[in-house]
Amino acid sequence: MSEVEIGRLAGVLRAALAAEQVIDDRARLRTYECDGLAQYRVVPALVVLPHTAQECALVVRACVAENVPFVARGSGTGLSGGALPHADGVLIVTSRLRAITELAPDDERAVVEPGVINLAVTRAAAPHGYYYAPDPSSQQICSIGGNVAENSGGAHCLKYGFTTNHVLGLQVVTPDGDLVRLGGWAPDSPGYDLVGAFVGSEGTLGIATEVTVRLVRAPESVRTLLAAFPGTDAAGAATSAIIAAGVVPAAVEMMDALAIEAAEAAVHCGYPDGAGAVLIVELDGPTAEVDAQFAEVERLCRDNAAFEIRIAADDAERALFWKGRKSAFAAVGRISPDYIVQDGVIPRTALPEVLRRIGELAAERGVRVANVFHAGDGNLHPLVLFDDAIEGQAERAEELSGAILDLCVAYGGSITGEHGVGMDKAKYLPRMYTDDDLDTMQLLRCAFDPRALANPGKIFPTPRLCGEVPGRHKGAHPLQEAGLAEVF
Amino acid sequence: MPQLDTTTTQLDALRAAAGGAVPGPAAGGGAVPGPAAVGALPRQAAGGEGGEVVRPAGPGDVVGGVPARLVATPGSTEQAAALLRAAAELRLSVVARGSGTRLDWGAPPRALDLILETGRLSGVVEHAAGDLIVVVRAGTRLDELRDVLAPAGQQLALDDPLPGATVGGAVSVNASGPRRMLYGTVRDLLIGVTIVRADGVVAHAGGKVVKNVAGYDLGKLVTGAYGTLGLITECAFRLHPVPTARAYVGCRVPQVGVDGIGRVGRLVATVLRAQLVPSALEIAAPADGGYEVVLLLEGTPAGVAGRAEAARRLLRDDTVLSERAPSWWATYPWRAGDTGVKLTGVLSGVPDLLAATRAAGDRHDTRVDVRGSAGTGVLYAGMAAAADPDRVARIVEELRGAAHEVGGHAVVLTAPPPVRDRVDLWGPVEGLELMRRVKARFDPDARLAPGRFVGGL
Repeated sequence: MSEVEIGRLAGVLRAALAAEQVIDDRARLRTYECDGLAQYRVVPALVVLPHTAQECALVVRACVAENVPFVARGSGTGLSGGALPHADGVLIVTSRLRAITELAPDDERAVVEPGVINLAVTRAAAPHGYYYAPDPSSQQICSIGGNVAENSGGAHCLKYGFTTNHVLGLQVVTPDGDLVRLGGWAPDSPGYDLVGAFVGSEGTLGIATEVTVRLVRAPESVRTLLAAFPGTDAAGAATSAIIAAGVVPAAVEMMDALAIEAAEAAVHCGYPDGAGAVLIVELDGPTAEVDAQFAEVERLCRDNAAFEIRIAADDAERALFWKGRKSAFAAVGRISPDYIVQDGVIPRTALPEVLRRIGELAAERGVRVANVFHAGDGNLHPLVLFDDAIEGQAERAEELSGAILDLCVAYGGSITGEHGVGMDKAKYLPRMYTDDDLDTMQLLRCAFDPRALANPGKIFPTPRLCGEVPGRHKGAHPLQEAGLAEVF
Repeated sequence: MPQLDTTTTQLDALRAAAGGAVPGPAAGGGAVPGPAAVGALPRQAAGGEGGEVVRPAGPGDVVGGVPARLVATPGSTEQAAALLRAAAELRLSVVARGSGTRLDWGAPPRALDLILETGRLSGVVEHAAGDLIVVVRAGTRLDELRDVLAPAGQQLALDDPLPGATVGGAVSVNASGPRRMLYGTVRDLLIGVTIVRADGVVAHAGGKVVKNVAGYDLGKLVTGAYGTLGLITECAFRLHPVPTARAYVGCRVPQVGVDGIGRVGRLVATVLRAQLVPSALEIAAPADGGYEVVLLLEGTPAGVAGRAEAARRLLRDDTVLSERAPSWWATYPWRAGDTGVKLTGVLSGVPDLLAATRAAGDRHDTRVDVRGSAGTGVLYAGMAAAADPDRVARIVEELRGAAHEVGGHAVVLTAPPPVRDRVDLWGPVEGLELMRRVKARFDPDARLAPGRFVGGL
């Protein structure tokens, strides 16, 4: 886009919006140059902050008129570069659309604007005995609009499902700039499930401007235990045994020795000494049911070599168990100058085998991998640790990171369980899907966005720019640095 | 006769495309390390084992009153793809058929040359019990699948209101039953799908893991699409353990009038606000009686016993506790040939929907039976085939208005021809223009189930 076109578009938008809603000052544009994946930085040509859905549509229509690409951004916590700006495009920031417009506990529904923070929905619903179930680790700061774009998950998705299972209706701005309603308050709207298709489409099918979500009745009882095992094999076996016993925990989370070491260094969570792996198992539901199954989970952990089991006596202890887990990503910064956060999925039963293979692959390349993940649903988050100052180590770490995804695909899994494909993994998508599969997905894309203006270059592979390396982090997450989040 | 000649030529062309023989079940599992594949289920394909893959249509090969000319029964995704490629070249209109339990749902096809039957596309490809997933071919019957999964203590938590329905059919119409309240509908349970497009291209989406956000969720797109976007040949589902205990707690509300509906509404709200975690909360409202509210509790024996007792206290004195479901459980309130309407609304709107069906039935002197999921806001209303079609049409319009008032829809799932002629089956649909664009991309010649879906898609 030429400067003339930028100027023209900015003029059109300034005429329709308040002056402070349109940003074209170079220094201020730099604030938005990356999302949670700071490895990629692109300064957008223009940033617009709409206050309403109608303003959002107006901006998109203006982009369409000038044939300018646009990217939507919520809180910017994404870890796959899904909200990375387009250098010649407009970044539409939805964070000012942050009203909870309706809260109807009796109907188990809330209607929220896309900039509403995930945890705010639960906070609003809690006095009525309800909550919003999808809980990404960044729930204190991530936005519902971003959750919709990425089909976000979280620790409790094993039992309660992901964003896609909790969104009933959407108002979206299509890539043509039309404001359209999809789905509704009631289930099973007639027609194609465009809500299901839209959730997780990473901003390539339009921008959600209003989201109708399902509220879930808060459980009568929540019980959490932390079990220490000699190693990940035993912890994995315990996980399988729990599932095989017919128990569906609210969450089963695992950390290996290196992840524990990092968490201890960062937040002093006081996990058991000498643990090669810890499991955090949380059960929720009716008290009698939870009590019966909790005893069984405890027994299954002991049967599978758990040498210490701690049971949270109250919410404070429960929070401490979770603190170590939730801070683990950021914590590895304490034990390694650089790291790559990987996000892959494998069938749960393959856990011991895949973790062993990851260990072997890491040893071959002389880098370390800390494992912290959602064991219940096989969603791995290997943290590949390296030091950029050591010659060749970054390349080896990058290679290992890709090899781990290959491992996930080979075992019938996925290259992303919750972070999305975004910019970061577009090149890996063909490892999972054939050209025919991807072409078929493009049919949907073309139906919504024939001009390919909505978040171009994301999800689907395009030639990478020279020197781009997926997913490398250096130092703290930008939000963490800004004091906005301790976890992500 | 020219038509016979056309049919004969097309029959030969399709047979050539199919390669003649019926292939055996494909090996499951593939090169991926993992559990061994489960063998294909024994089944009796419509044409019999070893029969022709493509045959001329018989008198029973009719969809919504429209006779087909040809029937093909592919035995693999590849063969289905070859058939659809050939059908595309021949410009044939195609409707997929499973066991045919819901073939009278949706509008009749505008044109019908070829029925693609999934009877031989059956069997479990992979049951990874430890991972609680199953990969199954689309023509597999849900009851057969249940029998395969049961020994492992697992289930596809999907009720089957029409016994004999196939997996592919259930996905195509987004079928659901009472337990959708706890487990969600088939859209929530489907984690991977293989489809053959109208042009014969085979596409996969999703996979064999529950947590997966790679690429677009095409499984959601084809769920409930009535076969208008592609032929579903294989599905991967997440499974759930079969609970060790189960109890039904039921309560009758004899009053029919406003008092009765008010009490039903309070009962439903009470259950929802309690900590009973029911798997289902169903209601039955036969036109000539009161109401029955029944909830299903599943879990451990001690847990279920405790919650059943709590439910009895909540619902008060006249409750009935049983290990068996009432006779109407997970069935539609209509028979083949009747009019069946799906009513949806917000939870607090369930009493309004009940009141509207009573009022409309009374006003038009027509029996309207209702039952369905009060716990999710999805009810079904049935009217007899013999009912006056004008009156039925007026009732449908009134129910549509009532459903709209509570944020939902009234969709006529099935109806005799005189009723179909008088009503719009689907009613207003949000986002129809986008749906048209999706259909135009996936099936530009509109050859897959043409006209059967919303807006004439």
